[in-house]
Amino acid sequence: MSQTNKDTGAIPVTVLTGYLGAGKTTLLNRVLTENHGKKYAVIVNEFGEIGIDNDLVVGADEEVFEMNNGCICCTVRGDLIRIIGSLLKRREKFDAILVETTGLADPAPVAQTFFTDDDVKKKTRLDSIITVVDAKHIEQRLADSNEAEEQIAFADIVLLNKTDLVSPEQVKKIEARIRSLNPFATIHHTVRSGIALNEILDKGAFDLNRVLELDPCFLHGHAFDPTHDHGHGHDHDHHHDHGHDHHHHAHDAANPLHDSEIRSISLTSDKPLSAAKFDTWVNDVLMGQGQDILRCKGILNMAGNDNRFVFQGVHMVSEGAYTGAWPAKDKRRSRFVLIGRKLDEAALRKGFEDCVA
Amino acid sequence: MVTAEQRNSGSSGGGSGRIATFPFGDYVVAAAVNGRLFAVALGDGTVRLIDSETLDAESLTARAHGGAALCLAADIDKGAFLSGGDDGKLVRIATVGTIETVAEVKGRWIEHVTTHAASGIRAYASGKDAYVLGKKSAEARKLTHATSVGGLAINPKGKRLAATHYNGVSLWWLATQSSEPTRLEWKGSHLQVTWSPDGDYVMTAMQENALHGWRLSDGEHMRMSGYAAKVRSMAFTRRGHYLATGGSERVICWPFTGGGPMGKAPTEFGGAGDSIVSAVAAHPLHDIVAAGFENGSVMLGQPGQPGAKLVMKANGNAITTLVWNPDGDKLLVGTEGGDVHVADFRPR
Repeated sequence: MSQTNKDTGAIPVTVLTGYLGAGKTTLLNRVLTENHGKKYAVIVNEFGEIGIDNDLVVGADEEVFEMNNGCICCTVRGDLIRIIGSLLKRREKFDAILVETTGLADPAPVAQTFFTDDDVKKKTRLDSIITVVDAKHIEQRLADSNEAEEQIAFADIVLLNKTDLVSPEQVKKIEARIRSLNPFATIHHTVRSGIALNEILDKGAFDLNRVLELDPCFLHGHAFDPTHDHGHGHDHDHHHDHGHDHHHHAHDAANPLHDSEIRSISLTSDKPLSAAKFDTWVNDVLMGQGQDILRCKGILNMAGNDNRFVFQGVHMVSEGAYTGAWPAKDKRRSRFVLIGRKLDEAALRKGFEDCVA
Repeated sequence: MVTAEQRNSGSSGGGSGRIATFPFGDYVVAAAVNGRLFAVALGDGTVRLIDSETLDAESLTARAHGGAALCLAADIDKGAFLSGGDDGKLVRIATVGTIETVAEVKGRWIEHVTTHAASGIRAYASGKDAYVLGKKSAEARKLTHATSVGGLAINPKGKRLAATHYNGVSLWWLATQSSEPTRLEWKGSHLQVTWSPDGDYVMTAMQENALHGWRLSDGEHMRMSGYAAKVRSMAFTRRGHYLATGGSERVICWPFTGGGPMGKAPTEFGGAGDSIVSAVAAHPLHDIVAAGFENGSVMLGQPGQPGAKLVMKANGNAITTLVWNPDGDKLLVGTEGGDVHVADFRPR
């Protein structure tokens, strides 16, 4: 297991999303049947399709609820909290936990569960969110559903599956579309969900210190470690003090007009930022627009500090910390990426630029 | 099969009483008492029986479940217990040496079980469904909820079952077959539930660091917040004067005399640095509460009094469960690491 596991003893949890028929079950079966010498607990949304002897498969009901009276950042999966709590009491320990979601699931409550519940936070760590995409049907899915878009936007890893069923030109086009929704996910091309498991499991996408492994292109890193408290934490004050409305997260019927709403905005700066200004700005942004911001990641060059400041958020839940020093040979450059709906690029760009020290 | 296993640790002394230790080695999920017998359910799927009268003797091991045991209660007759597990089985373990599957929910987990000896009721829950087994009925009555059941409790008279779930509690009459439940509503995920001894208050511990409660006589709500952590354990003192709760660095006791706790501050006792209270158990005969902490400390205190007496410290081993015997002279302590201790308070 990884350094991180040794350090914290936390069990890595991988979340598997993707539309019905994209290849999630095929991937799960590969994980469970391959001779990898590890023991997995798999939490699936239905029984019946998977058969294994060594590992444990648990059926879940995808029960989502809102903590703290309805803020979306506090929408969590109560069934996962209970299941994981009980799994951790078992005699035989698991090397990792996989959580499969239904094709129509919003990945946010699953992710937020790992930052919200103390017991879950203490003993597990969210490793990464993998989204399996059916190359043949994804364009149709993106056109007729919000969920397909959301699942890609949320992903740390995208398996662009069934690439044998489409032309290389189409693959390129789809990949570009995925990139436009999510600039930081690692994209793998697969056939029948075939991929070396070490490419997708235990990647530490939410671990501040391991980001390079997953995404060497994202300016040396992003993500945070949910098992450590870095002081930003999951700040609930905004629920009470700022009086903004928490009730507009659109999960209505699929609406083709909303198709292109999710986008990403990449903000960069070559000048050192003021940590205090950035903190104020990013908190304002996430408090005010956190419902529309699915994810954000940043690596930032703060004035007066030789270490990289890494920041990551899922809706309004965010955390940041200084990780290692900037490599001497590299240029210190800040980059902050937001993925979401209804983003006002000009305003965000201006706000970010105003953070310059 | 129930098998006897030699206990490989002696007792260690301390204070006026002594402490017997049983190093079972697996997470102590739940504990219960039935007459002179203590039982603990473990993460390895076994249920261990300890005779409180002969603490030097062997414990009995019942291999009850294929996976982990998830819940445990005294059965309605003497000398027996019911345990539920992640193998979907509700199992009866009797001291005479039998293990019998009472019910099975295939492919699901049985996460909660509770009983009421006088009325002969046994209730258990799996997912969204609670099941009630009466004295005579062979077939369980199934009570379905909109979301998974987070906790079960039968009222002191044995007439009503409270089942928690998302957004509140359902109260079912046990005698009527076809009734709809009374729904007590409050937004959020409700977990453990308990009734006050007079049956007028229903209190739930929530996923959030808070309790919620209802006074049935007038429908009044109670909302108790300010906890540092999830409240995993709560207990009314024997006559219901106080509700003692975990989830904080001190034992928080809400006064239920003189019109209930609304608008009143709780009293506190005990403390083990910044360690959180993880289990509480009310003494059966006196207004004394035992409290276990995440750092392994176990203390006795009296609600309304700030002081507390340290009973023992299970080193680096969070307390998961506490149970008194009916005479109140022995306290069973279960830990995350799998040690079970029984503190014997009888004068030597």
